Amino acid sequence: MGEKLHEIRLTVNGVPRETRVPGRRLLSDCLRHDLGLTGTHVGCEHGVCGCCTVLLDGEPVRSCLTFAVTVDGREITTVEGLREPDGSLSPVQRAFSESHALQCGFCTPGFLCTVTALLRDNPAPSDDEVVEGISGNLCRCTGYQNIVKAVHRASELMGEAEGRS
Amino acid sequence: MTTKLFGEPVQRREDLRLITGEGRYLDDLGKDALAAAFVRSPHAHARIRGIDVSGALEVDGLVAVYTWEDLPEGVRDPLPLLIPHPALTHGRTAYPLARDVVRHVGEPVVMVVARDRYLAEDAAALIEVDYEFLKPVVGIEEAVQGVHLVHEDVPGNVGAHLVQEVPSPGGAGAREAVDAAPHVLAFRLDIERSASTPLEGRGVYARWDADDRSLRVYSSTQTSTSVRMAVAAKLGLPLPSVEVIAPDVGGGFGVKIVHPWPEEVLVPWAAMLLGREVKWAEDRREHFISSAHERAQVQHVRVGFDDEGRVLGLDVTILHDHGAYTPYGIIVPIITATQLLGPYRIGAYRVEFSSIYTNTVQVTPYRGAGRPQGVFCMERTMDRIAAHLGLDRTAVRAANFIQPGEFPYDQGLIFQDGRPLIYDSGDYPKSLSMLKELIGWDAFPQAKERAAAEGRRLGIGLACYVEGTGVGPYEGGHVQVTSDGRVHVSTGLTSQGQGHETVFAQIAATELGVPLDRVSVVTGDTRRFGYAVGTFASRAAVMSGNAIALAARKVRDKALRIAAEALEADPRDLEIEDGVVRVAGDPEASISLATVAVLSNPLRYAFDEEAKRATQFAGPASMDRPPVEAGEEPGLEGRDYYSPVRSTFASGMHAAIVETDPDTAEIRILRYAVVHDCGRLINPMIVEGQIHGGVAQGVGGALYERMVYDGHGQLLNASFMDFLMPYATEIPFVETAHLETPSPLNPLGVKGAGEAGVIPVSAVIAAAVEDAEGITVDRMPISPSELYELRRATAP
Repeated sequence: MGEKLHEIRLTVNGVPRETRVPGRRLLSDCLRHDLGLTGTHVGCEHGVCGCCTVLLDGEPVRSCLTFAVTVDGREITTVEGLREPDGSLSPVQRAFSESHALQCGFCTPGFLCTVTALLRDNPAPSDDEVVEGISGNLCRCTGYQNIVKAVHRASELMGEAEGRS
Repeated sequence: MTTKLFGEPVQRREDLRLITGEGRYLDDLGKDALAAAFVRSPHAHARIRGIDVSGALEVDGLVAVYTWEDLPEGVRDPLPLLIPHPALTHGRTAYPLARDVVRHVGEPVVMVVARDRYLAEDAAALIEVDYEFLKPVVGIEEAVQGVHLVHEDVPGNVGAHLVQEVPSPGGAGAREAVDAAPHVLAFRLDIERSASTPLEGRGVYARWDADDRSLRVYSSTQTSTSVRMAVAAKLGLPLPSVEVIAPDVGGGFGVKIVHPWPEEVLVPWAAMLLGREVKWAEDRREHFISSAHERAQVQHVRVGFDDEGRVLGLDVTILHDHGAYTPYGIIVPIITATQLLGPYRIGAYRVEFSSIYTNTVQVTPYRGAGRPQGVFCMERTMDRIAAHLGLDRTAVRAANFIQPGEFPYDQGLIFQDGRPLIYDSGDYPKSLSMLKELIGWDAFPQAKERAAAEGRRLGIGLACYVEGTGVGPYEGGHVQVTSDGRVHVSTGLTSQGQGHETVFAQIAATELGVPLDRVSVVTGDTRRFGYAVGTFASRAAVMSGNAIALAARKVRDKALRIAAEALEADPRDLEIEDGVVRVAGDPEASISLATVAVLSNPLRYAFDEEAKRATQFAGPASMDRPPVEAGEEPGLEGRDYYSPVRSTFASGMHAAIVETDPDTAEIRILRYAVVHDCGRLINPMIVEGQIHGGVAQGVGGALYERMVYDGHGQLLNASFMDFLMPYATEIPFVETAHLETPSPLNPLGVKGAGEAGVIPVSAVIAAAVEDAEGITVDRMPISPSELYELRRATAP
């Protein structure tokens, strides 16, 4: 006999989605394998590395520590949804590329989601606030120096964009 | 105008897909594939008495269960010993699924295939394996006693034993030279285990096409060509029927050069047998207990030196813990043994190592691959000599440096590639003066004193290294200009985040004179390039970089020949700029590379307007010559290989200032400085990124990371909760300066930069902590509690 399935409705990157999942299905697996949004990565499945970070109603969460059924009806943003409404790259995405803040790119979606929320709450963070803000995400490639640089650069780009509007 | 691209900090071309979630890593592929999971040994050493799979059969969605008994010939055989060496007298490799005996926690015993991973794990959990416990051998010193054996037929647990000796110029042996020296020191050093731990684990996904009997395998590997050969051989398939592709790979750092992993054989085999796509993606615990570790060594050093600190004799004995199996041979300890000498000219040198079996995860190269241990040994030795003589630590190093005029410098040893250890170029005195300047070496004593007056403890340390990079045997490159003017570059080695798509495009664009955005690069796909070795030993830029440059030069020559004919000009008068071939000084006489590509391929059938130019009635042609002349090929493309006579030798020096807390013994790195010489820089932004990442891994290895085994062979910290990989909060800002001494060995003058950052870090931090504390540091990593204990042990 198969497992009992639960119907859930999520709004993912602004799009209403429906799927049926077993109670134990992790949100990370639901996003990746049921909804095909493979940009969210799984690096440890015990909530330490931060690769699976997505925004749940705007707040960063570990999707590998979240059961999909528990977020029924909620809004989720993944890396696939970070672009600006006009399809251009977000300041955070641009800054990561400009600053060479990624190498293999596996941890990057988690950092991008984390930093997007960080700068929304604190548009001009100090060095210490940046380091603190990204201290829940592991990166094995970059040594973090260029990630810190990218966060400041993103803050700068956001400031410029606001100055213009 | 074509921008100069070689040497420029060009933005990475791989970034766009990776920052938008459009990368394709292994587990992003094969949405409908069956999932594999493994039952792994919970014991470090045990005999399998029986396996009861009946419980698993109840699981809905179960497709298959396999034990060693189920595997056919070829698949069931031990995995290959990849790098044989005469000194490896007792090499042993694992079976893909354990046969009779398990030799480390995590060894695969049963393979389960099910509809999805959850169900496969459900089934795996219901399989019962009956084990008879055997005594585990844990820890290098217990292992060398040889009382209990990891492999019954390997006496003393010794897999390999090797001695290399270089006598002094006067002919004295090292031991003799040490004994005759005015000063002699003898001591022991210890380094613990760490591991690559890329954020993406291993993984493999296989598709068997039953209609044309071909197999496509995706693997998160550092060598797709070699996985292909191994899989074809194991499964008895013709090589052309197997293709292996490394998709986007989430970090490697060495662990993914090992192949074929059990899963790389079993998953394709199961896919063939079942006629279904099968995938396995490693989870984090599996990566800790079932892949590979590195670093652990015990070193016994005797050194003799004169009053200036010049080393007259050095005698090192190394015990190297290689875990339960030796698929990668003795590469790690032989690199330690040979790279230990660093930038120094040593009077007489003797090195002896024993590579020892233990009931722990196998040891294979992790970024640096034995060099961090060798540098730790040499640099701790230099610091001890300085302390003994009361000399400045930089002065002792300078007294031993090989001088710029002495290259090529033959160290008299045989390197890891079986070739002589001859340094190609370098400038160590300049490197040291740059480092002293960058960190402020000479002014530090005053800063230390001022801090001391405030009750703070500061210390400074440095370490030097030479890194053999760009080892052979070869890599190849293929460059093709298509009739749309686009340039397609491929090479067989793989990428794990190094930015190869960017730097190889820079090289091809520079050589061909085309805009960068017209060049695309494919790596690690055997459909595009079948001959390759792999990505390891900081070799990609040297090997594939030069191969691509040579291939691009062939294409350029051919383009100029064809263009010369079309323009009725002398090829020597032509130049290529911005994708257009021009007669120098005559802007009217030009032809685009796209058109040259059309003309390079004589056609009967036109497929578009442009192609009409190459058809048989299109224009004047010599009726005496065939359309494709002897020795020519259709198409504007070229293939070439780069195979070096021996390795290049990059070098560098690092220094750090640390502060230790008098109460808590916490160690903080206040400054970290790097002087780096990897020959000519292709892309300084990418080289710096490699250094930053390497230093971060080095800091992890120096202060935080270790594999903690208990006496039963259980890895106690097999998770990111307990294995302390550094976050941003632990990593210092790295200040870098570059020195460029081009390699005379290859056309581009490059040396390779991938591993450099990690190599000297443990030695640097040990030296700085020692300077801050005035306590000898002879084992790494060092935690606050260990420093606290050291203080207690040495307190008067």
